[in-house]
Amino acid sequence: MDLITATWWAFAVWAVISALMCISRRNPIASVLWLVSCMFALAGVYVLLQAEFIAAVQVLVYAGAVMVLFLFVIMLLNVGDSPRTLKRWPIWIVGLGVSAVMGAELVALRGYTPERLAREVSTLSGPINPALVFPEGAAAQIATASRGVVGGIAEPLFTGYLIPFEVTSVLLLAAAIGAVVLAKRKL
Amino acid sequence: MLLGPSLVLSAVLFVIGVAGVLIRRNAIVLFMCVELMLNAVNVSFVALSQVHGFSGQIMVFFVMTVAAAEAAVGLAIILAVFRHTQSVDLTQLNLLKG
Repeated sequence: MDLITATWWAFAVWAVISALMCISRRNPIASVLWLVSCMFALAGVYVLLQAEFIAAVQVLVYAGAVMVLFLFVIMLLNVGDSPRTLKRWPIWIVGLGVSAVMGAELVALRGYTPERLAREVSTLSGPINPALVFPEGAAAQIATASRGVVGGIAEPLFTGYLIPFEVTSVLLLAAAIGAVVLAKRKL
Repeated sequence: MLLGPSLVLSAVLFVIGVAGVLIRRNAIVLFMCVELMLNAVNVSFVALSQVHGFSGQIMVFFVMTVAAAEAAVGLAIILAVFRHTQSVDLTQLNLLKG
């Protein structure tokens, strides 16, 4: 196991433990702090998956902005430890069962490698090179090597995905107006 | 490349989020579990973007924007609900129950 794989596993275990603590803590503030910890671990995972820009945005937007918003609301509402944090027992047993089944199904994805993915997507037979089946992936590797990961993302973001990117600003404006309208007592 | 392990990490985090949504009573914790599920999906987007090119990472960018918008509106709704019922306990929101 090389260093990158070992570090990846450390971050992955950190993320899963933080997520478990997040859903099991009685106090909502402890939950928020564990979720922040989980998001930092995921930022580490993103760095090891060669998505440094996403890792930086993860820390800034999620751990920074969104979770601070959660903390503000919890402190504003003065939500403390509740006597009962779980739903009634039949409901939460069923909930755990449903999630266990879903988890067992999703964990079946563990055997995937780029080669297997390419073999399932491609119609050709014989030995398969993932770089030929997914030319965009190979092009992305070259773009990252020459311009860095931010330069590589910027090009498709501001050409092919320009209209979704601009529509995002409308979405954020609508969300901001909606939040003010909903949270204000009197307009 | 760590594709398989990343997909498993994504699956495990998603399932933890689902379990949280199903078993917790606190509306704010429920929202946090939704954020956890969005993060889990982001992990698989990023893992697959190593194979498929930058589209996955751009999609993560959009998911983060939608999550931020969703958090802002959702928390405003929780504030409005709290003003009515003085509680964020979902089991007490039973006005529509016959």
